[in-house]
Amino acid sequence: MADVAIVRSIPADAIPHRPNPVWEFIRKEPLGFAGFLVIVLYFVFALGAVWIAPYDPEAVDFTAMLAAPGAEHLFGTDQYGRDVFSRLVYGARTALGVGILSALAGCTIGALIGAASGYFGGRIDNLIQRIVDIMLAFPIIVLAMVVVAVLGKRVVFGIDVNLIAAIALPMIPKMARIARSSTLSIAQMPFIDAARAAGYGHSRIVLRHILPNIIAPYLIMVTAFIAQAILLEASLSFLGLGVTEPTPAWGLMLSGTSADFYKAAPWMILFPGLAITLAVFAFNLFGDSLRDWLDPKMKG
Amino acid sequence: MRRLALAVALSVQLAACGGGDATPSDWIVLALTSSPTNLDPAIGLDESSQRLHQLIFSSLLRIDDSLRNVPDLATRFEMQDPQTYVAEIPPGVRFHDGREMTSEDVKASYDRIVNPPEGVVSLRRSAHADIGSIETPDAYTAVFKMKQPNASMLIHFASPWNCIYRAAKLKEDPRFPEKTILGTGAFKFGEYVKGSHWTGERFDGYFRKDRPYLDGYKAFFVKSNNVVTGIVGGQFDAEFRGRTPKESEQIVEGLKGNANVIEGPWVTNLLLTFNTQRKPFDDVRVRQALTLAIDRWAGSQALSKISVLKYVSGLMRPGYEYALPEAELVKLPGFGKDINKSREEAKKLLQEAGVSNLKIKLVNRAIGEPYTTGAIYAMDQWKRIGVETEHSQIETKLFFDAMKDGNFDVLVEFISDFADDPTAQFDKILTKKMSSQAASGHTDQKVEELFEKQARAVDPAERKKIVNELERYALTQAYSVPILWWQRIITNHKKVQGWEHQANHFTASDLVNVWLDE
Repeated sequence: MADVAIVRSIPADAIPHRPNPVWEFIRKEPLGFAGFLVIVLYFVFALGAVWIAPYDPEAVDFTAMLAAPGAEHLFGTDQYGRDVFSRLVYGARTALGVGILSALAGCTIGALIGAASGYFGGRIDNLIQRIVDIMLAFPIIVLAMVVVAVLGKRVVFGIDVNLIAAIALPMIPKMARIARSSTLSIAQMPFIDAARAAGYGHSRIVLRHILPNIIAPYLIMVTAFIAQAILLEASLSFLGLGVTEPTPAWGLMLSGTSADFYKAAPWMILFPGLAITLAVFAFNLFGDSLRDWLDPKMKG
Repeated sequence: MRRLALAVALSVQLAACGGGDATPSDWIVLALTSSPTNLDPAIGLDESSQRLHQLIFSSLLRIDDSLRNVPDLATRFEMQDPQTYVAEIPPGVRFHDGREMTSEDVKASYDRIVNPPEGVVSLRRSAHADIGSIETPDAYTAVFKMKQPNASMLIHFASPWNCIYRAAKLKEDPRFPEKTILGTGAFKFGEYVKGSHWTGERFDGYFRKDRPYLDGYKAFFVKSNNVVTGIVGGQFDAEFRGRTPKESEQIVEGLKGNANVIEGPWVTNLLLTFNTQRKPFDDVRVRQALTLAIDRWAGSQALSKISVLKYVSGLMRPGYEYALPEAELVKLPGFGKDINKSREEAKKLLQEAGVSNLKIKLVNRAIGEPYTTGAIYAMDQWKRIGVETEHSQIETKLFFDAMKDGNFDVLVEFISDFADDPTAQFDKILTKKMSSQAASGHTDQKVEELFEKQARAVDPAERKKIVNELERYALTQAYSVPILWWQRIITNHKKVQGWEHQANHFTASDLVNVWLDE
């Protein structure tokens, strides 16, 4: 007897309506969306700095030293006559570049370590968690300062990789903790037992079955850590351990002798300060909203 | 209410008693931006050590406010011939332990520099290598016999580091100055609390009668950025290193008419050293192009408003009698006043040298003012002739490692000394063979010959001629070129009187003539 396919039409209204996820996010998380818009704006600044910045951010102009904000210089100039707005626009490159790369590096390494720790358990888990405990005992800024001081500067393709390592390092233990706790629950799932029964190796189980299932906390942590990384980069630059002059960087714009000019030219410290605050605020808002949206159980 | 009144009365009484940290009214409170590195003036060459040593020790000669040699301990100091110096000290000069100072103490102190006993560090031995022997014909006369004439010798006799120690104590323990502080200066040592403060009290047996005016001093070790608020807030009466123009303005504003500002040149400059061991900096045309690109005259006008960088000069301090006059200076590469013409010439030289898209690794110390300021300026100036720069600001230890290992294209460094001495000021332009401080790595027989000639020329007119010739040659070869020379701005409370401004931050710290106009 030949197989007979029975086709039955389902009425359109019987299919449950799935709302557009973007609209859903905007509707449910308006603050997060506002944060997202600010982030987009910063990305536009970073990627389009060449066209947006009216001046060369490193060009010294003695005829415009400490010029007040106005038509010619939107946010005024610094003590060398450099345009503050142009330096802020280019500074977005440094902030986002260092922020994203170090957050991605820290979270990825942390997720791998955490997943391995949770999956293998036993002595390996114990050893990794004690190392994580030790790393968590160091204040973030101190740990980053030590790394920068020890490693110095190493520029690859215009990026100081040691600075990125210094900022990424304090993020690893935090991400490892979160990845481990997620892994512990995932490792109890039947599909992991099935994978083991099928004879898959540990690396395949961790990389193909566990890690894809902790992508939500990973994304949430990446957005949260970008904000931290921007702040840390600004702090290190402020302390003279981050990027060096004349590179436009927000923290650097606040450091050195800038404070000496707080009365004569308050815009020199006001605008970079605002840029840092707004960026950190935007990433935090977006990260919180993303967490609530992806994992409603954590809300509140 | 009665309890409150009692508490207030008690507080007033305690305040009147002075309390533990209070300072008597005829004591001056100083701010020092670092702690001394060593109690022994022969080892503690840093600024803070030097400032404190001057309060305790004396030298044969000293430097006055015009940077000339004047007597300190010596009542007569004579160059009998180019190889013989006679120093006479007065009877009755006392160490702080009450013993009289004699020519034996002078001999023992200089012998310790020239021929240090085993275990004794003499960091300035090479500068005194020409001293052959020291004779003491009587208790108050010391005769220095030189192996060969040395045109800088008088400056060395006025060096603030050449303090006189007690011979008997040195005999007991040649390293005693590292542990015990015993001098003939205006103030006796009080106490030293590491990381906090240093005090000294008036020495009643000081050899200059009726001096010092002050009863004592207390020097606090503070971070440089706390000096301004400390002076404005009344925690410190004075700080004698110097402040930036903006910091000076803040003190003037904060003290509301009670500030005293003294400005002048400084025997310190910011210097760019090219690594001639690396291509293309081995080519004089490239080095000349890079110095030609810098508009020093415009930089002087603008940078002096925001930084200590101010004066345009060659390798000698502006105003020093040996410095090249402006009319001659402007003829040298990088010192001309027509910057457009200079930059055109710079581009042409780079083209002739076959150098295009030049990218420089500029190594600098991680110190803001004026090192970062000077570097920002130089990088901007180079960009105008199409030269890009990677600015590497590193910790001081790593900086000196890079300098020693030749791990740089261009180095931001400085010349700084306590006096105008061509021998010292030429140190950075010398060949490696002649100076451990020279980082350029070049070999140049003419530099060596001219340097040696000026060092032996005891006739001032002859020496000036040779110094000028060497300066012209060195600036044309551009192994090391100054960006600008520094200005020294001392801004203190106007009650601090009698302090003499000098063009260096090492001397004029003995406080002998200072008094407080309360």
